Amino acid sequence: METDRGTADIQTLPTLAVWKFASCDGCQLTLLDCEDELLGLTEQVRIEHFLEMSGAEGPGGGRAELAGRGPYDLSLVEGSITTAEDAERIQHIRRISRRLVTIGACATAGGIQALRNFGDVDEFRAAVYARPDYISTLETSTPVSAHVPVDFELRGCPIDRRQLLEVITAHLAGRKPQIPGHSVCFECKRRGTTCITVAHGTPCLGPVTHAGCGAICPAYGRGCYGCFGPTARPNLRSMIAQLRRDGMSETDILRVFRTFNAASPEYAPVADLAAEEQDTPRAGTENEPERPV
Amino acid sequence: MSHRGTRVLRLDALARVEGEAALHLRVQEDTVTEARLRIYEPPRFFEAFLIGRAHTEPPDITARICGICPVAYQMSACQAIENACGVTVDGPLAELRRLLYCGEWIESHALHIHLLHAPDFLGRADAVELARDQRAAVERGLRIKQTGNAILEQLGGRPIHPVNVRVGGFYRTPAREELRPLAERLRQARDDALETVRWVAAFDFPDATSDHDLLALCDPGRYAIDSGTPTATAPHDRTPTPREFAVPDLEQHVHEEQVPHSTALTAALDGRRYLTGPLARYAINGRWLHPVAAEAARDAGLGDPLAGDVCDNPFRSIVVRAVEVVQAVEEALRIIREYEQPPRPALDVLPRKAVGTGATEAPRGLLYHRYALAEDGTLTAARIIPPTAQNQTAIEADVRRAVQACLNRLGPAADDEELTRLCERAIRNHDPCISCAAHFLDLTVERT
Ligand code: SF4
Ligand code: SF4
Repeated sequence: METDRGTADIQTLPTLAVWKFASCDGCQLTLLDCEDELLGLTEQVRIEHFLEMSGAEGPGGGRAELAGRGPYDLSLVEGSITTAEDAERIQHIRRISRRLVTIGACATAGGIQALRNFGDVDEFRAAVYARPDYISTLETSTPVSAHVPVDFELRGCPIDRRQLLEVITAHLAGRKPQIPGHSVCFECKRRGTTCITVAHGTPCLGPVTHAGCGAICPAYGRGCYGCFGPTARPNLRSMIAQLRRDGMSETDILRVFRTFNAASPEYAPVADLAAEEQDTPRAGTENEPERPV
Repeated sequence: MSHRGTRVLRLDALARVEGEAALHLRVQEDTVTEARLRIYEPPRFFEAFLIGRAHTEPPDITARICGICPVAYQMSACQAIENACGVTVDGPLAELRRLLYCGEWIESHALHIHLLHAPDFLGRADAVELARDQRAAVERGLRIKQTGNAILEQLGGRPIHPVNVRVGGFYRTPAREELRPLAERLRQARDDALETVRWVAAFDFPDATSDHDLLALCDPGRYAIDSGTPTATAPHDRTPTPREFAVPDLEQHVHEEQVPHSTALTAALDGRRYLTGPLARYAINGRWLHPVAAEAARDAGLGDPLAGDVCDNPFRSIVVRAVEVVQAVEEALRIIREYEQPPRPALDVLPRKAVGTGATEAPRGLLYHRYALAEDGTLTAARIIPPTAQNQTAIEADVRRAVQACLNRLGPAADDEELTRLCERAIRNHDPCISCAAHFLDLTVERT
């Protein structure tokens, strides 16, 4: 039961809303995966809209709506924009949100569903549905920032729990989240993992992938496959050369960049660069490291 | 708002499920004439863009269909590809996979029971409100959930979209000692899970009986999780002889159809409505529960699973889930106890031109994958049948039945708000994961 005092306190707390667009729910689930912090967090923010967890919107338990009423102090947005209705809904959500933070590769880079951007969506529709005409969808899957201004983008497929907590706490404290822009390689060093590329010649996207996961894959003996998306200015030319040296074919290289962050502008040149590499196998451009003989 | 004949109820969003869906309910006087679950989760075309990918990719790619049950997708995908390539993963590698899957069951069921479903029975809007007067119960749920996640983290690298799963096995397998801390947590989780069974068994359950056919994997000798033969029963037939068929024949029995109102396909089993998930698993596998889980089930009033008693009240699915948590905890403990690190983390899975199928028990029910491979392993076809799409018609039938029972009791004047809540509850009984099939509920009741 709510006490009067409890209600009064809750009224003054900053409000949080969590929204879903085209996605797998993994990023919002990350919030519920903060088992140790979850109940404490609900004493510091009022979760006003979070359908995966709650049907109530605000005190009084009124029913939640798909587009919410607001205003909200902080909106976390998961998922990419793939339908005409969603393109409108995100505008509304922006209007009723003081700060809007995207969570995850879908909301930040279009997600895996952006693979449609490289093909013919009508063909996809026909491949999955017997009656494609029943299905309405946009030609593309686009990140939230292609539609509305975004205050902060949190990378990852899925996002990292610790980084999410940092983003929320930073907002509560009115400061900028401390999410470093360096690569997974830095986290490997910090973790003390021996570089699997150097030690075993395992192809790894760590050098061009945004930090945040804590360098999980190399610690498990697997090359990074880029689920956190690009670092600020990835040196793709030298990355591609390295991947080729480590035995990846052109198709493999294209495929690995075209998965969970396929539509990110930083990774886009990969297609051209990989083709270029193939045409001129010994092309000696200036930023390309020397090949071992 | 109720006038004679016609009224329209509107529920903009179904909360505490994973995904976006709407319900359309038509009521004439005091009779429900139509209950239609409309899933409008934006389509994401996974089956289409799997085509042209390498045979090593489906575990990572299909994991992204659902953040709540990624392991289920990874396991069904691995199995289907290994099946195509003629490789069987068994021994300690298979046991480790089962352990990982136990982690997902524990995590997902604990989430559903404590954070999403229990508030329905206790008249609370959500877990935050529930925690205000039952903090210990919510904390216990979070603790159980965390133990499931600890397994996923240890074996998979992280709880959501684990990175350590590959076709043929794992990238890295743990040494025996690395699993020891998990065993300690699991022993604590066993007490917590038993406490949760007692907690949910004491809830008030509306009277309800469902008569759907049931479909689950059956793996004689043990409660099916990661393998088994698809087995169907019709518990309300006079002679409930289970029907079995091989995984590769599943598509001959399960027919999916597209309906105009939904982005999810709806399925029928040999032309009949059916249910997959905890109630089906419990009916088909109950006699192979660990003694501790079986005793918990008996004490919780579920009858004797060892004697073949089933549970046909969908509102009691929360109790069955709680028993399955005990089961998964016991099973995880057994695997850790018997585990020996295998000599290699994965078997070689060389591609060949073939078709392969795989089916496992996701927390919400049977999940089937089929892939066709070209000689070099490139995927030429993909087919995925998720549990929620299979359950869609059974869910609709449960909604209709629950609303009708309410109308029978209260007559046409039944309160809109109460009907709405009842619909939501009838749906949440099935823990529908609408990201797998679709999300959100937009309910319109039309009365004519
Ligand atoms: S970014 Fe990845 S984890 Fe997050 S919602 Fe999208 S698919 Fe799921
Ligand atoms: S793919 Fe890269 S970014 Fe993603 S978890 Fe693995 S190491 Fe981290």
